Amino acid sequence: MTTKRESVAVTRLIPAVAQSAPDPAARRKPSSNPVERVTAVEMGARQREISVSEFFTKNRHLLGFDNPRKALLTCVKEAVDNALDACEEAGILPDVTVRLEVVPIDGVTAPATQATRFRLTVTDNGPGIVRQQIPRIFAKLLYGSKFHRLRMSRGQQGIGISAAGMYAQLTTGKPVRIISRTGPRAAAHFFEVQIDTKKNEPLVHESKQIDWDQPQGTQVTLEVEGRYQKGRASVDEWLEQTSIANPHARLIYHTPEGETKEYVRAYHEMPPSPREIKPHPYGIEFGMFLKMLQDTKSHTVAGFLASDFCRISPSLADEMCKAAKVTPAMKPRDLKGSAAETLYRTIQHTKIMAPPTNCLSPIGEKAILSGLYKQIKGEFYTAVTRPPAVYRGNPFVIEAGLAYGRRSDEQNKPEKPIAPKAEGEHEEDDVELARVIRYANRVPLLYQQSACATFKAVLGLSWKNYGVAQSRGALPAGPMVIFVHMASVWVPFTSESKEAIADYDEIHKEITLALRECGRRLGLYLRRRERAASEYRRRNIFELYIEEVVEACNRLKGGKVPKEKLKKQLQHIALSRTGGTKTDEVLGKTGGGPEGLPHSIIVTESGVESEVSVASESGPEQASEASETRAGHRDEAAGGGSPSESKSGGSKHLNRGQSPGKPTAKGSRTGLFGGWTDGKDKADQALSWSAKRAAHARRGTTA
Amino acid sequence: MTTKAKKPTPVEKKLVGLADLVIQAAERSKDPTLQIPIRALSNVSFNERKGMIEMGEKKQARSFFNVGMAKKFMQTMLVADALAELQRAELTTSLREIYYRTKHTIKDSHENTFDTQDESDPIIEDLEVSLAALREELHVRAENAGSIVGPVVFGDDGDRVDCSKLGKGGYSVPSIVEPEYLEIRRCTADFVLLVEKGTQWNRLSEDKFWRRYNCILLTGNGQPPRGVRRLARRLHEEWRLPIYVLVDNDPWGYYIYSVVKQGSINLAFESQRMAIPKAKFIGLSSADPERYGLPRNVGIKLNDKDMARAKELMNYQWFKKPAWQAEIKRMLTSGLKYELDALANKDFQYLTKQYLPRKLRERDWLD
Repeated sequence: MTTKRESVAVTRLIPAVAQSAPDPAARRKPSSNPVERVTAVEMGARQREISVSEFFTKNRHLLGFDNPRKALLTCVKEAVDNALDACEEAGILPDVTVRLEVVPIDGVTAPATQATRFRLTVTDNGPGIVRQQIPRIFAKLLYGSKFHRLRMSRGQQGIGISAAGMYAQLTTGKPVRIISRTGPRAAAHFFEVQIDTKKNEPLVHESKQIDWDQPQGTQVTLEVEGRYQKGRASVDEWLEQTSIANPHARLIYHTPEGETKEYVRAYHEMPPSPREIKPHPYGIEFGMFLKMLQDTKSHTVAGFLASDFCRISPSLADEMCKAAKVTPAMKPRDLKGSAAETLYRTIQHTKIMAPPTNCLSPIGEKAILSGLYKQIKGEFYTAVTRPPAVYRGNPFVIEAGLAYGRRSDEQNKPEKPIAPKAEGEHEEDDVELARVIRYANRVPLLYQQSACATFKAVLGLSWKNYGVAQSRGALPAGPMVIFVHMASVWVPFTSESKEAIADYDEIHKEITLALRECGRRLGLYLRRRERAASEYRRRNIFELYIEEVVEACNRLKGGKVPKEKLKKQLQHIALSRTGGTKTDEVLGKTGGGPEGLPHSIIVTESGVESEVSVASESGPEQASEASETRAGHRDEAAGGGSPSESKSGGSKHLNRGQSPGKPTAKGSRTGLFGGWTDGKDKADQALSWSAKRAAHARRGTTA
Repeated sequence: MTTKAKKPTPVEKKLVGLADLVIQAAERSKDPTLQIPIRALSNVSFNERKGMIEMGEKKQARSFFNVGMAKKFMQTMLVADALAELQRAELTTSLREIYYRTKHTIKDSHENTFDTQDESDPIIEDLEVSLAALREELHVRAENAGSIVGPVVFGDDGDRVDCSKLGKGGYSVPSIVEPEYLEIRRCTADFVLLVEKGTQWNRLSEDKFWRRYNCILLTGNGQPPRGVRRLARRLHEEWRLPIYVLVDNDPWGYYIYSVVKQGSINLAFESQRMAIPKAKFIGLSSADPERYGLPRNVGIKLNDKDMARAKELMNYQWFKKPAWQAEIKRMLTSGLKYELDALANKDFQYLTKQYLPRKLRERDWLD
């Protein structure tokens, strides 16, 4: 669909030029300002085709290359997306290494924050690319495997990586370098390619076989102009967020400043591979329908309907043809004009089952939890995966997650020794606002937050109901990260550069429902904690002051007070007045899981409580060590080649990894894998009538 | 003033009593509770016969084991301790020093016993009220915020202070003027003029108004501090001098007069020793601008706060006299207030040479 829009944009340029000359105002007054007349013939001579590559050379902002900082991010994003997509499609747990280096200019290496030229190398352990395809994949726009099918994946149009290559070519003149190897027995191929922007065809500069230390995978190297800056919407942030939504991937990031960050694998099962589906009739526009009529391989209209769309059975196809007064046996190519339109309208008014949802691969509640737990230090985590829903015939799933609070070990770091406070000094009440992290098909969205449906839904929710402060029209306040993910075969972005999700009613509603559930659980947690804490604080206050009062009494009495006795007596009164040992229980000091809080993790001083075993299993220190061994294991499995083997390997490991001593919550000890089966059950029940009705209702209102 | 093994003063005994209260409550597993008389309008009454404000019987409980009061309770004990220390050491101190003396960070916490002086000041007043001890008796002094000049001789720490020989600066009134600390040796004045503002007091002092009219000039620089009020009361009581109060013509001026005359709401328990029911209001009255031909343009428009305060005053029982109701109403209808300084509009020495002589001659004052 994007191609369509792009080509529209390209052709629009030509009439624009043609119309500019015969301006009616100019024609009326030829005398004052002699206008140079251009004949249609002359104009015709100037009119020629514009290649997609040329168009994007001039309009690179459409693809996210507007400024050097964003361009660098876009390059990383495209390369990593490709790597993850490739690994997942091949059923390999992804291991991706990103290396950003400063390229010296005239022999001078600038510091990372001032450098203007970078070398980006992204290496994956994916299936590799066959030799013949390498040049076209990396140096031809709109070439790829993902566009012509309806299936959830990160990339869609086959523009991304070649556009990044083109940007490199444009800014530094350096070709894209690729190493790829399809298996340990195959040879590694090295390529240097550029794009012929006029023809949108690859130019191969170098092609040879080399020795490569990796048994399998692909490595892309780009040299681009860019700007490296940390903070909001940076490469660092993007990778961090990517690792939250892709806890099954292991990311290693070598920053331009020479640091190495590792985002460990926290979840050891591949996301289920999404199926390809046919388009749903509700999601097709009339023009598209006409085109499909021309292109179909079927010989009859009824056959065309039944085979080129999902959820249309042959009998339903016959019925619809009859209703539209079209002969079912007619050749599809012969169906034109008003007859085609009648048929199209009939289809749109027929009740058709919602599309299947096995084309989607949501992250899953447990995986989101492990991702959030791994990357964000908090006290409370929760995640919700909604059942699939439909907009414009496209199935989608909304997932939301929450991480709340500051983990106490962070606060107590000896950053500030406890200094007595002087007059006028106060504890800083930070009024930090919640952070929203947004994803579409597991890819973080960093720009245009306020245009995004997810952001609008977050703003629209009354967080006050859940015990979180929120001023009018603002984000909720508090140490909180809100995670929203939309998985769909076709995510409706507001622009080509894929930065914000369009605000369809159906999508907005689903996001709101998911957030509401997260909020409800958070509210429950906060209330429970608050109740216990206020009792605790009461006693704490008394304990704090008892000492002072006893000392003052002692001094008043001239030092003749049995201090210990008086203190004990007062402490006894305090305890009896503040709920005694019960408070300790409520405070969770004696254990007790997150009852009534499904798919949540609660972190307290004494440990982690959750039904999700990953939480207790990968504590901050153990995690990296554990992942090392697992990574090794996976490599063997992947080397063996069969993805199913790698899965079982991972799971064995996981079971071993669960330390029996750590308290997992009452009852279910399903571990990580329970989550997905749950989700799948839901997906199978899928597409309830209500979703369908919603789709109908929507069309009703637009018609 | 004896040495070493001296007997505890009555005040010290009262302070130690607080510690006993805590110890006894703890013995009986009871919540230690102090009873503190309420210092608010709701707990004062105007005694018409005596002509002063008296404190009522209402008390407020301050318990230790109550989240809202625990900190105040603890602070009260700390202040009591510091005050007892002063008693034993026979020292006097300021409010601010008490604050610093009792301030520390509580063990194992980030919390300070006191964060600002605003927390410790009311506690000292609480103790004054609940122990029925005067601030002087607690050995807490305020700043010397008053001046006096005129034919009066004091004995201060053995020094003879003749206030008629101190130039135009006069003598700075100490905050504790009890007979033990300040002795009035001789006084030949006919009356006392208590002036609200230091600037106008300076004008009168510079013009030697006191010599011409044989009076004592006293000022408290705004709301007169206890020392000034107490000294005026002593001159009134011991030397039978009438007291005239000269303030700005605004609600705050009226209130200053009423505090001198009937005592304040906040420190109603001290009225006994401070109030001067026979004090007279000499000016500026709201009738003066017309009578003395002050142009309207030297007035200041009453703001909302002024109006609200004026209406509040009209409701106080001690302002219910018809003359006072008329006085305040007149100000409200004119919508203007006048400063004493505005008299300078007519002449720099108008206050000394015209205004006050005429007032005294015409016996033009309010009671």
